[in-house]
Amino acid sequence: MKNDRKIEHHLSENLLMRYSNGTLCEAFSLAVATHISMCDDCRAALESYEAVGGALLDVSEPEEMSDDSFENVMALIEREPAQAAQVTVRSESDIPSALSDYIGGSLKDIKWRPIGLGVKQSLLKTSGNSTARLLYIPAGTAVPHHSHNGNELTLVLKGAFEDEVSRFGPGDVEMADEDLDHQPIAVDGEDCICLAVTDAPLKFQTLVHKLVQPFLKI
Amino acid sequence: MLKLIDDIENPYSPSGDRGGRISVHSTGMGPRILSDNKGHDWEELLLMVSNDKDRVAFRQLFNHFAPRIKSFLMKAGADPTMAEECSQEAMATVWNKAQLFDPARASASTWIFTIARNKRIDAIRKIRRPEPDELNWPDEIEPAQEDALELKQQSEILADAIQNLPDKQRQLVEKAFFKELSHSEIALETGLPLGTIKSRIRLALERLRHAMG
Repeated sequence: MKNDRKIEHHLSENLLMRYSNGTLCEAFSLAVATHISMCDDCRAALESYEAVGGALLDVSEPEEMSDDSFENVMALIEREPAQAAQVTVRSESDIPSALSDYIGGSLKDIKWRPIGLGVKQSLLKTSGNSTARLLYIPAGTAVPHHSHNGNELTLVLKGAFEDEVSRFGPGDVEMADEDLDHQPIAVDGEDCICLAVTDAPLKFQTLVHKLVQPFLKI
Repeated sequence: MLKLIDDIENPYSPSGDRGGRISVHSTGMGPRILSDNKGHDWEELLLMVSNDKDRVAFRQLFNHFAPRIKSFLMKAGADPTMAEECSQEAMATVWNKAQLFDPARASASTWIFTIARNKRIDAIRKIRRPEPDELNWPDEIEPAQEDALELKQQSEILADAIQNLPDKQRQLVEKAFFKELSHSEIALETGLPLGTIKSRIRLALERLRHAMG
């Protein structure tokens, strides 16, 4: 997927470092991999962190291997002959392949479920306690006012939204934590589709939303 | 309002601040200090595995990297048996995927680190790892030898810079990077106050950045 727009809101150092060292959970990794597919700045930053990992590996104190270790490796290689080396090519789809793997297709293949006021969502299956979902917000519509118990990352895939912080277009990432109480509104002109990842349930402010929240899995 | 978070326990801090980012793409030369890896050209050895299935070259790579992958996996929380097994599997992957290694894009240790890192995710954490799309690299007629050389030099500078950090700073960078530890957990483990740890990590990253020129 090619993104010609200049991305203004990027991934944090912390997310990039944790993705590079393999400690980030699956849902947040999905958002990171999707953003990096669209953003060469963050790709370069990720490569820098991987270079730090390589340098740390290079200078680290070795642990002694068992005596038959090398023979075991050669036996592993004999047993499983090298498969044709494959690379993930840049997706021809309208979304990066990291994300289309989870959707099972492109944006038009998403199976939406309405959650009220024209807003729709689609939950993506990831392991662990964090949740990844796609949100469909019709142009000019607001997502219900909410704050967060934990951290929320929103990555715009199509259209744009605005909230108290800024305006976010395709490829942009907004990070929110429990101190941000915001109401994102999809800007006029185009419906907005986002990938939203949370590590704790969102807190909606109206009683109705509190009541329906358990059923909507928000 | 967004609160400034820079704890590693949070999956992120607010975007925008790139102050601490280390660039391996920067130009210029920092101080050159010889590392004890001198005399080994890991990239060359990896290319010999890739092109000729050279077992002697592979043995040398194994001798250097397998014990260090094991050490990395143990720091990441694997027990010695698991770490040994995963290190062997990672080295088998190095052999099998050697053709994907491109010295113009990553140094040998960086490339092998990503294999060890992926092993950590697949075998130890047992989760799926979404991968970014590959860039479409133009087919170059000449191999990008200059790029490869520059990358190799920068990687050596980075490794030297890490090796030459004062012990305490180097340990903290290692802990923050390899272990799944938050700053507060590092504080518990080292007995240092949280503020001291954050400033030491920042200082260490700063020094690395300066060393990178």
